[in-house]
Amino acid sequence: MDIKVLGPGCPKCKQTESIIMDALAEAGVAANVEKVTDVMKIAGYGVFGTPAVVIDGEVKIVGKIPKKEDVLSWIKK
Amino acid sequence: MTETCCGGGSNVMILSCSGGSNVGQLSNQAAVELTQEGFGKMFCLAGIGGQLSGFVQSAKDVPKLVVIDGCRIGCGRAILKQAHVLLSHYLVVTDEGIEKNDDVNLKRADIDRIKEAVRRKVNPNLAGAFGLPAGGCTCGGRPCC
Repeated sequence: MDIKVLGPGCPKCKQTESIIMDALAEAGVAANVEKVTDVMKIAGYGVFGTPAVVIDGEVKIVGKIPKKEDVLSWIKK
Repeated sequence: MTETCCGGGSNVMILSCSGGSNVGQLSNQAAVELTQEGFGKMFCLAGIGGQLSGFVQSAKDVPKLVVIDGCRIGCGRAILKQAHVLLSHYLVVTDEGIEKNDDVNLKRADIDRIKEAVRRKVNPNLAGAFGLPAGGCTCGGRPCC
């Protein structure tokens, strides 16, 4: 599984990454988690704001910190 | 991309039909100028129509969204419906008393009328009507926080 956290490194982006790591640990799912901080690369995903989360190429959330339950539902599918 | 991370989530997404008539192009020009004035941020309706996940999810997650359609055919509204995006604010240019035709030489008064109508739709208390940005973020187009 490939997970990307889009954001310039703001506190909400760091919180998002932390929630994703917690969810992965809880679910026992292995994933490659990458932080994307480059503005042009972030813009390439067509997102209106950050933080945003992309899982296997699909944008799951934009401009909000996800709940751990949300992340669990995304990674268990 | 806008900076919803530090704006308290109040940035307004503006989607215009940008169609091939005077009213379609009025929707586009109003969206451009409202963006330039800091009222909100124009976004790509075509990306939503193309069902690209970044665009669709952005429209679903943004706190405030306004669609400006040129006429009652409602292409912008239809695109959002197809993408299962909730339409929170909606304006049709012809409903503002501007007749549809194929003259795309836009009149300043018509553009201003549509911009004002959008401001009223989104902020009935007219906070945006006095040039105040509806969004809280003033980071100048750079990622913030």
